Amino acid sequence: MSEYHKPLPKPSPVSAPYWDAARRHELKLQKCGGCGAFIHYPRPQCPNCMSENLEWRPVSGRGKLYSYTVVRRASSRSFADGPYVLAIVELDEGPRMTTNLLAAPERIKIGMPVTVVFDDVTPEHTLVKFKPA
Amino acid sequence: MSLKGKAAAIGIAELKPWKEAPPNVTPLGLMGRLMAEAIADAGLEKNAIDGFLVGMPVADPGFIYPASAAEVLGLNPRMLNVVDIGGASPAGMIWRAAAAIDAGMCSAVLCIVADLNRLGDQRVPVVSVQREFEAPYGNIGANCGYAMIANRHMYEYGTTPEQMAKVAVDQRKNALRNPLAAFGDKPLTIADVLGSRMIVDPLHLFEIVSPCSGGSAVIVASPEVARRAKNPPAWLLGAGEYSNHSSITYAPSLTDSPIKPAADHAFGMAGVERKDIDLVCPYDCYTITVLVTLEDAGFCKKGQGGPFVAEHDLSYAGDFPCNTHGGQLSFGQPGLGGGMSHVVEAIRQLMGRGGARQVKNVARAYVNGNGGIMSEQVSLILERRS
Repeated sequence: MSEYHKPLPKPSPVSAPYWDAARRHELKLQKCGGCGAFIHYPRPQCPNCMSENLEWRPVSGRGKLYSYTVVRRASSRSFADGPYVLAIVELDEGPRMTTNLLAAPERIKIGMPVTVVFDDVTPEHTLVKFKPA
Repeated sequence: MSLKGKAAAIGIAELKPWKEAPPNVTPLGLMGRLMAEAIADAGLEKNAIDGFLVGMPVADPGFIYPASAAEVLGLNPRMLNVVDIGGASPAGMIWRAAAAIDAGMCSAVLCIVADLNRLGDQRVPVVSVQREFEAPYGNIGANCGYAMIANRHMYEYGTTPEQMAKVAVDQRKNALRNPLAAFGDKPLTIADVLGSRMIVDPLHLFEIVSPCSGGSAVIVASPEVARRAKNPPAWLLGAGEYSNHSSITYAPSLTDSPIKPAADHAFGMAGVERKDIDLVCPYDCYTITVLVTLEDAGFCKKGQGGPFVAEHDLSYAGDFPCNTHGGQLSFGQPGLGGGMSHVVEAIRQLMGRGGARQVKNVARAYVNGNGGIMSEQVSLILERRS
């Protein structure tokens, strides 16, 4: 098995539950007990209402493609192994996230429905990616 | 409270960018050269400089940087700081200098940036959140974010690749008359731009700024100092600043940028209308950036940036002079000197020193500085008084 050379997330005490859930192939986001908003990326405090009462909740894993690009020449050598689709997905629960869309570029349309997939890139690390729904 | 007419730019200095870093040169070495040139340009003595705003060079960063840089340069400032809002830093320096002058803290501020292009490989982001939630998916460097803005703009408004390419083409016409432009030796056509290598869909190589080495400086002075300056002063009429995200993923919108509140604030302070502007110098890290800036700064309707640039001649002799130095796309991006190039060009034109690309009867200029992925915005309005 070839080694994985791309950057990996180093969870913080705040974000660890997000990555732990991903390793179990679950998508969980923080939900604010103060204003009810879902939050991504994980924060120590709600950026809307300043509440620190944030709970981890499972979410649908469904959303829409907000925008994307096919990176043909990456700025970082660690991604020089070929084109990839970088995307922003807007989850049904509201927040947007940076991700990869696993789809052929000619099939991709902004606004298309997408669904989460979990990519176990190393035994310890799972990245949250999406595919057309 | 307003900064209108409270300070003016009286001296400029700018190096022709090098594609590579020349040997035996340091960012502070370049700053020394630029400082001397700017002071001579303003017609001041060195000891008249009592304020110091500096950009942190990527090639030689430091902790508690302003005093160490001032020590090397032999300055004893009454006000000193790093301005750290990305490509908006140089425009941000101008109003901060004016504010410090208006507050009575100092009377002549050296605003200076210089850097060397030694990156080669784009570094993994230093912001921890971006290292954790962006870099693992390959959102590294600025190209990706602007490509996603461009794709979304095309989706929402029907903007075309030809319209975006026109920005690079018209700005190149300006660069052909700027001896300091790094990429000012041959004309560019829309076919050249669209035929250049696709880097990040939909952005081609010639729509993307090229990192360089170099730097520039501006001296901002009090009305009292400005009145005895050598050059006709370029007065600050209005300024505005705004930020609503760092990573574009978490911006409220990919296509509505924080430029609007910054520009509205600047125009409100200046008390002038968009039609009163004779020259625009929008930050142009990518072609799409110019379209979004012209829309959000109010020079055309939202979504109409594409048709607007297609219908207007953006050259120095055209009906909508824009980035008459060639923009960063043709001038080059010597670190923060890329963002300073828009400021310097506006001042140069207002001083009547545009040479072969001088815009006729230019009285007022609009400048926009943009940091990160449309993250930090600074709008300035400058005026020459006859």
